[in-house]
This record gives sequence, structure tokens and C-alpha cells, in this order.
Amino acid sequence: MIITIPWLKEHLKTNLGESEIVNQLTNIGLEVERITERQDKSKNFKIAKILKAEKHPNADKLKVCEVDIGDEKIAKVICGASNAREGLVTIYAPPGAVIPKTKLELKISKIRGVESNGMLCSESELNLSNESEGIIELKNKESQIGKNYFKSKTEKTIDISITPNRGDCLGIRGIARDLSSSGAGKLIPLKKKKIKQSFKHLIKTSIRKDRNQGCLSFGSCYIKGITNKESPEWLKNKLISLGLKPISAVVDITNYVMFDLNRPLHSYDADKIDSEIIIRDAKEGEEFEALDGKNYKLKKGMCVIADKSSVLGLGGIIGGTKTSTELDTKNIILEAAYFSPSSIRKTARDLSLDTDAKYRFERGIDPESISEGLEIATGLILSICGGHASKFMITGQSYRKNNFLKFDIDKFEKLIGISIGLTEAQKILVSLGFKCKKSKNELKIEIPSWRPDIKQDVDIIEELIRIKGFNKIELIEPERNRKKDTLNFKQKLFHLSQRSLASKGYLETVTWSFTDSKIDKQFSKGEKEIFIFNPISADLNVLRRSIFSNLSTHLKKNQDRGYEDISLFEIGPTFFGKNPGDQQVVLGAMKSGKIGRKSWIDQERNVDVFDIKGDVLKTLIELGLDENDLFVSEKTKDCYHPGRSGSITLKSEKGATLAYFGEIHPAIIKKIDFKQQNIFGLEIFLKNIPEPKKKNRLTKKIFKASDFQKSERDFAFIIDKIFKIGLLEKIIKEIDFSLIQDVNTFDVYEGENIPKDKKSVAINVTLQAADKTLSEKDIDQICKKIVEVVKEKTGATIRS
Amino acid sequence: MSDLDKINSIFNAKIDSVKTKIDLQNIKTEFFGKNGQITQQFKKLGSLDQNKRKEFASNLNKIKDDLTTQIEQKNLEIENFEINEKLKNEKVDITLPARTYQKGKIHPVSQVIDEITSIFSELGFTVAEGPDVETEYNNFTALNTPEDHPARDMHDTFYLEKNKKLLLRTHTSPVQIRAMLSGKPPFKIIVPGRTYRCDSDQTHAPMFHQLEGLHIDKKITMGHLKGCLDYFIKEFFEVKNIKMRFRPSHFPFTEPSAEVDIGYKIENEKIVIGEGDKWLEILGCGMVHPNVLINAKVNPKKYQGFAFGMGIDRLAMLKYGINDLRAFFETDFRWLNHFGFDPLDVPTNYRGLSK
Repeated sequence: MIITIPWLKEHLKTNLGESEIVNQLTNIGLEVERITERQDKSKNFKIAKILKAEKHPNADKLKVCEVDIGDEKIAKVICGASNAREGLVTIYAPPGAVIPKTKLELKISKIRGVESNGMLCSESELNLSNESEGIIELKNKESQIGKNYFKSKTEKTIDISITPNRGDCLGIRGIARDLSSSGAGKLIPLKKKKIKQSFKHLIKTSIRKDRNQGCLSFGSCYIKGITNKESPEWLKNKLISLGLKPISAVVDITNYVMFDLNRPLHSYDADKIDSEIIIRDAKEGEEFEALDGKNYKLKKGMCVIADKSSVLGLGGIIGGTKTSTELDTKNIILEAAYFSPSSIRKTARDLSLDTDAKYRFERGIDPESISEGLEIATGLILSICGGHASKFMITGQSYRKNNFLKFDIDKFEKLIGISIGLTEAQKILVSLGFKCKKSKNELKIEIPSWRPDIKQDVDIIEELIRIKGFNKIELIEPERNRKKDTLNFKQKLFHLSQRSLASKGYLETVTWSFTDSKIDKQFSKGEKEIFIFNPISADLNVLRRSIFSNLSTHLKKNQDRGYEDISLFEIGPTFFGKNPGDQQVVLGAMKSGKIGRKSWIDQERNVDVFDIKGDVLKTLIELGLDENDLFVSEKTKDCYHPGRSGSITLKSEKGATLAYFGEIHPAIIKKIDFKQQNIFGLEIFLKNIPEPKKKNRLTKKIFKASDFQKSERDFAFIIDKIFKIGLLEKIIKEIDFSLIQDVNTFDVYEGENIPKDKKSVAINVTLQAADKTLSEKDIDQICKKIVEVVKEKTGATIRS
Repeated sequence: MSDLDKINSIFNAKIDSVKTKIDLQNIKTEFFGKNGQITQQFKKLGSLDQNKRKEFASNLNKIKDDLTTQIEQKNLEIENFEINEKLKNEKVDITLPARTYQKGKIHPVSQVIDEITSIFSELGFTVAEGPDVETEYNNFTALNTPEDHPARDMHDTFYLEKNKKLLLRTHTSPVQIRAMLSGKPPFKIIVPGRTYRCDSDQTHAPMFHQLEGLHIDKKITMGHLKGCLDYFIKEFFEVKNIKMRFRPSHFPFTEPSAEVDIGYKIENEKIVIGEGDKWLEILGCGMVHPNVLINAKVNPKKYQGFAFGMGIDRLAMLKYGINDLRAFFETDFRWLNHFGFDPLDVPTNYRGLSK
């Protein structure tokens, strides 16, 4: 809502200056968003003197003038005026100036082959008079050459953000009322001139009894014999000051009353109405051409103002071209009505229409303002356009009883924390237009018709504290008292996993929860896509089903910028359905490029699947899982390289999936067109990490360390190529938990000297007993057992 | 001069010129070897008469001990010298690059969520969460924003279906409803999370982060709200004093409603929070509307309290001098490195929120 201080002061008697008013507006909840100074174009016009006036070489009636425009500058201007002559002091408009009469901006141009820098002006061109013969002749202004001709006047507009509950402040008077209540001044009573209403209304109007009729009340006045014309300066200036375009007196008056009093009005050319006015439901598919020049197809349930033959307007939203008021209109119907906010809102939304009237009606107009609006607007029309007004005709609900509320004053203190006196409360409410009666501890309050937002006690409390001032509320120091854990188990995991992965060299990123369906499909085959009905763009049209969808896009962007050895991760939701809760938290990471690129000391190498495997295992261990519970298998997903990826399940292959990891599928890498194609990913599913039943300290084994010497033995097995080494290690470990402390594979070899379907595996076994130092004999015994068991379970032989 | 004195002076003359272990070994052999000078003297012992033998033996042992110590000392000297000589040749250029390592970073949004959580944890708030996809009812209707309410226009909503029943939550407030429906009062929660609006330009992103706060009990007033937020803002910005104002506003789910502005100024092109004559809006708050309590099955005659909501990204921008919201979500390696936080830099109340 835009206001100007002079206009505000027509309703508010105040000694406050602009900045105090602006502060006060913000303090009472009418937040000032912007103060704009309107550019004053008139300062362009300068007093100038013609130094030389010569005949144009190519035109008889034109002159080429050299003009002194001050600051020792000379402008060459082509002028057609007969009085342009040497020594004349006149008004010069430079290029860029907008000529008030024509509203055209001056440009440097060639006139018949000679360049003209600006223009010398006539009175008519400056809207000073109708005198268009010759340019202005200024007398006794020689000393002011170069100065502005017009006194510069700057007008500021104040843009106030009106919250949706305060429809009543969508008129300048409403804002003045709020300000007066806060002590910023006095509300000036409305001046009402009695209008002469000499005849009976000439057109029958009726509200048809439709289901959910959107129009509750329709008032109108027939005004005949008017002369519609350009509005007088004061009215035009008012509309211009709010950034509106003046159209004609009748239209301007309806707009003026709307912005002044928050009372939307509409005028119809009465001669174009077919017999009568009927307010009714639109017929399905009925068409109507609105004043915005567009054709609208209407639906049943939309409230229209119609005559016998067609639709004249969408009630409370926009008028139609059929009965629009033009400069030659002689007889009009002036309308002031009340439409239900929900009906207005529904119609406007269905048709994607937004108008000043719609904005006001959907927030609730004062239903009691119908006759007042008609009176004021009719008065203005009669005085500007002449004519004769009929008696008003108001159909539908003409009277509405105000709502009452009994308010217990103690409720204020209970909610706000400070008290308010009955008298103070009454004063505030009365100044806002409420009527109040005191009794004991209570106020009996009558709510004014323009405040549909006030319904219950809290609404009254808000009015009171808003005007009293939020700064009066005393703050109460918070108690520092923690009775419950701040985070639950899953939240702790979230927090820990972020820092765990970051500590392994990954950069955390946050990306949209939605993504490009084309990319998402790559990572989530066979799952149903979750479309967004109104996406922000076509390539952000689905909720992501994989944490990789966005990570991969961003990894590519970084690669394209030249950053190839990069590790990124994100922790956030992925979705598996469109219902609330069909989502899970996934910790996802991507790692690409090389390790030790161009190192002076190490051989550079590609990142590989065992790098990502190390990261995923260490992260899971840091999240509290026991290393022995992490079961690694080659079970994988489609988005990974089938041979270089795997999963980690809890305890056994059948356990819950804790993570996937591995090389991203080469087909996807090709499709996304990565510059650096060595890319690995990991996904950890936090929901599958079980919450321990007891604290770690309670389940930890008693500390026992053997004081006896440990021994190590190396084995080289020849084993089937396809045999999983993880299983081989497990088999060895299980041979004797008390003696075998560690099993570690340190070499795998395939090739020369080894049969084609076999591989050689070198394994180091650490042996230690709790009760003695192992003798050679003991060691030989267990080694023999290892060889035997391995042979029996895997068919492996010792390499000789 | 006795034989022993002679041996002693010969030894002293020789030991000084010893430079290597070989020299030392030679001396050792010369004096203590099979035919060494000291050994020879011991051999003499048997031929001496009893009277002289005792004295001689004592002197001889003294000299033997003395020379042995000197040899040991010399040995240490030589070893030291040799190590030092060896180390001289082992010098590397320590300014050469170390083996490469990657520095991981925590995103500013995560860091700021941890900071905020740490502050509210002190006051006894617990963290609650809710789904990103919400029902139209939880996101709007239950929060006292019926379908024909113009306040819905303030939220440009992403919908999942044409019938607009399912949507991406436009704020974290629906978690108020979920939390209250699934428990019994009192409630004291904060809710950080992703929120979505169909809006994208220089200062708006289609996804951003909000933090909701809710405190419902029997006697919670607007004075508590003011105290809580005053405490939070000072803690978060790590300043003792801060200019702050509560300004009346409107949210359908709170009444009275307020927006909170903090004072700031620009100094050397940098924003200084807490002082100055400019105002910056940082959060919205108010007393929970009785209609919301009723919708959440809480008796408004018995319970009341406050709620607030703040933009996490915006708070991060203000505190850490980040001026482009869009960059938060663009995953630029350079940006993440520049604005990200070390993973060990965990905000805590005893160590301080930030380095």
C-alpha cells in the first residue's frame, strides 16, 4: 500500500515529521518497506538565451540557433518558432527531457540534415497554457541563464507492507486511524457534503438467489447528464503520486475513493446496459471481455454482474468492456457492493486475475461503507462532471449487526506478562473505532464493521499491545534447565556422520531435495518417480530418489571448472514415495580423480574401490558399529560398476543394508559426460544403524592383555580365483579365537606359475596365547591346523 | 718415573690423537690386549714380593680403571661424532611439499544448525523433526490458515499433485502440529530443517533452511518469548549487547505476532551486528494462536506459549559475512573450502560456539 504524507495529512492532524511518522507506522505493525523519492523530471528545463539565429540551410521555416544554456555551454538547436531570434531569453529542454504535453522524451536528432541538441519550448508544450504560437519569451530573466525554470518539488511515496489481516489499512484513512490511536495525531472527521438526489433510480437491480451467492449487498446510483472529461489537476496529481495513470474523471474518482477510504467502486455506462442489472452465478463456459483487454471463460460459481443479454463485470474483481465508461459517456451507474472474500478469492485464483479491487475484497471490505462510498463519489462526480444523481438503490443485506465480545482484562497480563488498566485498554480500543463499556474487570466491546479480523480475546490482546508498544513488554530471563537429551539417537548419528566423513577429506555440500528426472533415473532404476506438480524449472521436476542425483551434477560442474581430485558429500533426505514420511536420511559421497597427482615423492595413482571401502568402514565404526558386525559382500546396486562395488550389511548377508560403495557405473559416467571418469561413491543408510540397547561402557568386554610373546606366521595359499578372500580370512579366524589374534592378507597374485583358474594369496597370521609363550611345537600345531582346515573348506593348497 | 706413570703418560699422549673407532681399538689392544702394556704389568704382579705387591696392585688397578673410563669416554665421543657426521649427509629440504592430503569441511548451514542447537540445548529445548513432504492440512489449515486465507499467497508452494493436498513444506511450523499431536504438554522443542518455496532469484532460493521453536507450558508469556530470543541472539552473534526490536506483524498461527529486527551498521564494507541505526529483520515469532492449540489437541485454557521461526541460511550469512544465498547450494569447491568449517570445530557451550 502506497501513501504520501500530504494525502495522509488530509485525514490526520499531526505535528510529526516524515521520519517520526515512518517510525510510528513500523512500531504499530504497519511496516514501512520503502520510501521512494519520485524523480522530478521538471528540473530538466533551463532558462537559456539565443545567441545566434540563422536560417536553416535546407528549410525555409526553420532556424538554426546557438543557445547559451549556462555554465559557458552553447547548444545548437533547430527551432521552427517564428519568434526565435537573437537575444531572446526562453526555455531550453535538453536531450533526455520529457515534454509534459506530449510525454515524449527528447533525443538528439538530425532535422533536415542538421543536428539538433534539444528544443526550445512553447507554453503549451510545458502545459503552462494553451499558447502554442511561438516559444516562451521570458523577461528580466537574463541573470538566471542556466538555472532551472521550474521550482523543484520532490514528493516521497511511502510503501507500507499491510499484513493480510489488516484489510482496513488498504485505504489511507485506515492508516491515519491506526496512527491516531498510537498518539501520532488526531483523526480528522470526514467532511460530507449533502448531495442532491432528485429522482428515482432508473434501472432495476437484483441479486439472484443462487447457492453460495458471492454478492451479499449491491448498492448503486444512477447519475444522468454528466460530462466526463480529463480530471482536474488535483485529482490527477493524487493518482500520479501513487503511481497510477489518470484515465477520465469518473474512473479517477472511483479509484481515488478506493485508495482514500478502502471502498472499491465501479461505474457502468448506463446507456449500454440491456434493461436491468442482475447479479448472478456465471454459466459454465460463459465468455466475457474484461477491461484488461482479455477474454475470460467463466465457470459456474463465479459471481457476475450482468444485464439481460450478457456479463458486464466480474463482481469485485474487474469490469467489462461492454459498459465501460468513456469520455463521451453521458449517463452512468455507480456501484458500491459487498462481495464475500472467499468467493472473490476463488474466482480470481481460477482466472489468475489480480486487481486492486480483488486485493481489497478478499481481505474484507467494510460492509457498512456502501452508502458512504456512494455519497462521496457521487458528490465528486456531480461537482466535476455535473449531472443529476438518483436516489441510491441498495439490494441484498443492507444492515449487518456488529459483533460483540466480552473481554476479561486479566487475560492480557496472563498472555503478555505485563498488565494493562481498564481505562487504558478502553482508550486504545475506542481510538481504533471500537465501542467499549466498562464493567468490573471486563470490557464489553463492539467490533467495528471494518475489522472482520477481530474475533476473539487474543485479537483484542494483540490490538492493545500493538498500540501500547511491544517495547513495553519486560523480558524474562530464560531458565537454564535441561531435563531431556537434546538429540535422540538418530539425530546424534546425523551429527556424527557429517563430521566423521568430513574428517576423511570430504567437503560437505547441501543441494536441493529435488532434481532432474533424467539424472535421477540413472541412479534409481525401477523405482517410481516422484514428480513435482509445479516445478521451478523443467530440470528440477522430481524429488530425488538417490543422493547421487545432485552430487553427480555438482561433481561434474567442479570437474568442468578444473577441479578433478575432489571428494564431496551430502547428508539429507532421499524419497521413495510421495506421502509424508516416505523419505530417509542418506549420507552420500562421491570421490573422483587421483591420489598424489604430480607428487615429487609418491607415484600418483587413481582413486580406487579400496579407498572408498576404507572410508565407508571407518565411518561406520566411528558411528558406533563393531568392526566384526560389518559384513562386506558383492551385493550391489545398478548404479555401481557390477564388478567393483559392494555392500555392507549388518552381521551377515541377510542383515540390514548399512551401506553401498564402489565405482559409479561406467554407463552413467558416460551419460553424464564426466571429464574425469574415475568416480567412486558411497551411501550410508542411517535408519539401518541399530540403536544400542545399552551404553557402550556397559557392553564392552573386560580388558585383558596377554603378557606373553606373540608370534607371526605367513602362509601362501593357492586358491580358486573366484574364492572371496574375506571369507578365507574369516575361516582362518574362526579356527581358534583364543590363539589367532589377527589375520591379514598382504599379497594377491595371479599369473605366471599359477594355474589359470587359481590365485596365490599371502596371509599373515598373528598368534598369541593368554597364558603362556607359545613354543615352536604349539605354533607348528596350530599352523598345521590352519593349513588343514583351509584345505578342507576351500580346497586351497599351500604354495611350495 | 715408575713404569706405571710411564704407561699413563704414553696412554694420555695417544688417546688425544684418537679419531676413529679403529684407532681406539688399537689403543685398547696396545694397553689391554694379550700383550698389552697394562696386561704385562698384571703379569708382573706374581713376581713381586708381598709388601710391594699390595701397593703396586692397588696403583695398577687405579690406572686400569682410569684408562678404561677414558677409553669408554673416547668411544662415546667418537660415536657422537660419527652420528653427527652421518646426519650431516642425511639432510632433506624440509620445505618440499608434504604428501598430499584433502581437507574436509562442514557446510556453513550444518555448522550454524549445530551452533543454534547448542544454544537452545542450554535452555532445555530438544530437537524435533518432520517430513519434507507435508499435507496441506498440517502446513496450512492446522496452522490457522484456511484455504481462502490471503496469507497463503505469501507462500509460493510446491505441490506434488494437482489437487494440492500434498506439498513440500513451506516452513518448519507443521512440525509444531506433529510434535504436539504425538505428545503431551509441556513442549519445548526446536526444529531445524529444509523448507521450500517456489521462488528463485538473487535473494530467494527454492529451498532454504528454517529453525522453528516452540515452548508451550502453563504460564509462558510474551515476556518469556522476548527473554528467550534476546538470550539466543546475544549468544549466537557472540556479543554482550545487541540492539533489538520487536515489531508487530501478522502470522496466522501466532497472535500477537512480531518480527524481530536487530541493529546493524556497515563499517569498511563489512556488516557489524548489534549497533548502528539500520535495522535488519531476522526472525518472526509470537504467542501460539489458540486455534492452533485446539487443532493440535492442546487445551488453550490450560496451556499457552510461544513459537518462533528463523532463516538459518540468513543467520549464517550475517554471522559469517556470506553475501550470496544462492552460493550455499551451488557446491563450488572453492566456496565450500572458503566458507566451510573444520570437522573438529564442533560448536559447544564450554569451548565456545566459534573459533
